[in-house]
Amino acid sequence: MWNYGKTTLLLLAGALTLAGCGQSGGGNADGAPPSASASDADQPAASPSSSPSAEPTQAPVEITFYYPVNVGGPLTKVIDGMAADFTSKHPDIKVKPVYTGNYGDNTVKIQAGIQAKQPPDVAVMMSTELYSMLDTDAIVPLDDFIAKDADFDMADFYPAFLEDTQTEGKTYSVPFQRSTILLYYNKEMFKAAGLDPEKPPQTWDELVAYAKKLNRDGHNGLEIPGNDDSYWMFQMFARQAASDPKTNIMSADGKKAMFDTPENVAALQFWIDLSRKYKAMPEGIIDWAAVPTDFIAGKTAMMVHTSGNLTNVKNNAKFDFGVAFPPANKQFGSPTGGGNLYIFKDASPEKQAAAWTFVQYMTAPEQAALFSSSSGYVGVRKSAYDTDAMKTYTAGFPQALVARDQLDYAFRELSTHNHGKVSSALTNQIQAALSGQTDAATALKQAQQEAEQALAPFNK
Amino acid sequence: MSAGWIERARRNAFGWGLVLPSLLFLGLFTYYPMLRTARLSLFEQDLATPKPLFVGLGNFAALLKDPVFLKVLGNNAWYAVGTVPASIALAFAMALFADKAVRGRTFARVAFFYPNMIPMIAVANIWLFLYTPHFGLLARLASWLSGQNVSLLGDPHTVLGAMIAMAIWKEAGYFMIFYLAAMQQIPKDLFEAASADGARKWTALRRITIPLTMPTTLFVAVIAMTNAFKLVDHLWIMTKGGPNHASSLLLYHIYETSFQFYDQGMAAAMTVAMIALLLLLSALQVFGWDRSIHYD
Repeated sequence: MWNYGKTTLLLLAGALTLAGCGQSGGGNADGAPPSASASDADQPAASPSSSPSAEPTQAPVEITFYYPVNVGGPLTKVIDGMAADFTSKHPDIKVKPVYTGNYGDNTVKIQAGIQAKQPPDVAVMMSTELYSMLDTDAIVPLDDFIAKDADFDMADFYPAFLEDTQTEGKTYSVPFQRSTILLYYNKEMFKAAGLDPEKPPQTWDELVAYAKKLNRDGHNGLEIPGNDDSYWMFQMFARQAASDPKTNIMSADGKKAMFDTPENVAALQFWIDLSRKYKAMPEGIIDWAAVPTDFIAGKTAMMVHTSGNLTNVKNNAKFDFGVAFPPANKQFGSPTGGGNLYIFKDASPEKQAAAWTFVQYMTAPEQAALFSSSSGYVGVRKSAYDTDAMKTYTAGFPQALVARDQLDYAFRELSTHNHGKVSSALTNQIQAALSGQTDAATALKQAQQEAEQALAPFNK
Repeated sequence: MSAGWIERARRNAFGWGLVLPSLLFLGLFTYYPMLRTARLSLFEQDLATPKPLFVGLGNFAALLKDPVFLKVLGNNAWYAVGTVPASIALAFAMALFADKAVRGRTFARVAFFYPNMIPMIAVANIWLFLYTPHFGLLARLASWLSGQNVSLLGDPHTVLGAMIAMAIWKEAGYFMIFYLAAMQQIPKDLFEAASADGARKWTALRRITIPLTMPTTLFVAVIAMTNAFKLVDHLWIMTKGGPNHASSLLLYHIYETSFQFYDQGMAAAMTVAMIALLLLLSALQVFGWDRSIHYD
């Protein structure tokens, strides 16, 4: 019996060893071919600015591109089309798009890939992943590519979108699918309430007054979502309540949180007051996804939500609607949101170069215009708005320009080291305050403490 | 002597041979990862410490002081208390009905069982709609009862209760199947004898049906208890654990810690704590209850 027991154990151990070998073997196998092909295919792929007219006889460099959308989602067709178009112009590079679900799933898959030493070559990720990616040593700075590439003009990108691509003097990503926060309003309900449908509220006071007037006929005056990434909405209120036009709730190097300033407390207090004091909005935490549904179904006259919903509202609302900057207190303001293109460190140099060519292509003016008009995201660079495609799109749908014009008042989304812990500390405390469990000052003080604890190791 | 030994070895080899395939897979995909997790739980490994740092039981000591962990553990305890007895009782009642009902018997069985056939994610989407303020049936009912507009999932006081109601609805049908099978195993002459002796229906239920389905109750209780810790898929769809951790459950918090905070050492420590807790609970149920159960 012992013998057989031992044999089994041995077998088991053998199987485990095999499994272990399989993993590392796979990693090696994946790493080997590019370095072998490096010798015979170095020139055209290695220099990013080289012309796309490579000899078709060479085996193309294949790069993997992770994109956060559900398989079969509406954007997959757009991305597939852009990738195919890219390959037809650059026959030496083959792009394999992988659709990974939502932003969260996408990041989990990429992090798993990093740990297994098999990350994608290029990916779209939240702009806020920057420090996590740096702390896991997963991405490369793009400055060398940018310096060598005559076709790539950083100055053409909107500065508000570039803020979160950079830290400590280096650029790590290129803006791709970006958004801001907008005020959407139902023009027909404005008329019914005796308000001018061409004059949306401009200030906090007007917002309160309008919302009270619009709270009639069985619908709400205003809805602002309070769950999911509550910190994002909070950043909007915080900037609006601040007198300094450059203020944000974290430092630019992502090492310090400034959550509990008096101005921030006033900002959170206003958010709470909208429902509890002014009765301009339903009490408690309003669900992120329910808000656009309510707006489209005529259950609320105004909503504050991401510009990413423009296409959804445009296609589904059966009434005339307007969009505007979210109302100002001391100033206008909205954080930017959305995803950037990153290139990964574990990829071979020629794959990285190919990935850069792809990134450059995807964010070139024509593609930026195509992507913006077919998705509803804000075009990431100024010249995109000069293209014919964009002019046609914005002429038929001028609301799309509001999100772009707001970029003068837009700023960086909360992004720090240990971002998961820091942002969830703030989000949870905001929810506690909104649901009446605690007051604004205590909530932000608690969030500040938790954030400082999470950031302590990075301030040594 | 030696012949006996060979004979025994041969028989054992046959046994091991039968067990081997599943043992291999269990070892690879269950026991090996468990051991690795147990090892990882002794290390500090997060975004600030990319190279694992041995901290002994430090992670566990930190857990005992972590208010979020304690809150989540408390939530899970309430969730178990809310779902386990209620879904078992409901399952028993439904099985009684589906067993006895003469007309519409098949319909009753299908209707009771169907929630279990829907994946948890789909259930979460259905119930998310039921709880949506203004639109959802249950949201309207709650608003009507309380006389004001309520958001059941947006209020820390009601969100866990809303989850419990959904879990009972989802689970009871599954447990009913086990009870139904157990009830059909009970010999009919027992009931005939009881009624010949003039026993009432209630007495028959109390003295025959309940005792004779006790093994099923034990089995179902163990399953229900582990499910209360295992089934957390709905949280992604419905609340993401919010507002302010009010609906977060242990397994969800482990996922969050591991894949959003990248705090792998802490996530491993919580996993070990959860495995220990589940082992303890099932051991208590199986060894504690076993004596009061009549097996035939």
